[in-house]
Amino acid sequence: MTIRVQSEVFDPWQELAAYQKAHALVWAGRFGATAVFVGTLRDFNQGQVVTGMVLEHYPGMTEGYLEKISAEARIRWELLDTLVIHRFGPLTLGDPIVLVAVWSAHRDTAFAACRYLIDELKTRAPFWKQESTPDGERWVEDESREV
Amino acid sequence: MAKLNVITVRYFASLRERLGRSEDQVEADGLCCVADVWDRVSAVPLPINTLVAINQEYASPGSVVRAGDEVAFFPPVTGG
Repeated sequence: MTIRVQSEVFDPWQELAAYQKAHALVWAGRFGATAVFVGTLRDFNQGQVVTGMVLEHYPGMTEGYLEKISAEARIRWELLDTLVIHRFGPLTLGDPIVLVAVWSAHRDTAFAACRYLIDELKTRAPFWKQESTPDGERWVEDESREV
Repeated sequence: MAKLNVITVRYFASLRERLGRSEDQVEADGLCCVADVWDRVSAVPLPINTLVAINQEYASPGSVVRAGDEVAFFPPVTGG
């Protein structure tokens, strides 16, 4: 179970390959399913053009809740491992914002747990998006109902 | 790090901007719950939908606060 909150740009596909490789010996033959969610910064949101973003967070509480949510998923489902990486600070269009990955024996479990992790992260992890638009900066309103 | 008899109050995102500061230190004397802390730091009512945390765990306006606590106020979260 790994969580990371960072300002540096990351490549989700390289992260996945590296994580899986690092665990290859222990995991060999033990998982049949990997479910992955990657959230990426779009150039539009809620009807407006978006040119960039700054993500604020609550250092300490953010990590605490990402760990808590990951631990909950591992209680609810039989998982081999979970990986969550989330950016903060200034972001550029096309940047990956979040990576959630789940490894388990079967796909139903992997999909369900991955969905749980990203949904709970969106409603409980203390991050706030401030978008840059042609009309200036704006804080993103509650988007938890969006799917 | 927690100072004796003081509650650290933190604000984030749009609420931080609205208040014009990110942190206050208030005397814990006479403060019973989170709602009391808000009344001490602000003259306006707690904005609707505001989330609160005590020591980095979600709490509610009625949750009890103690000296040394870190209390945070912030708008609904929008990560992911």
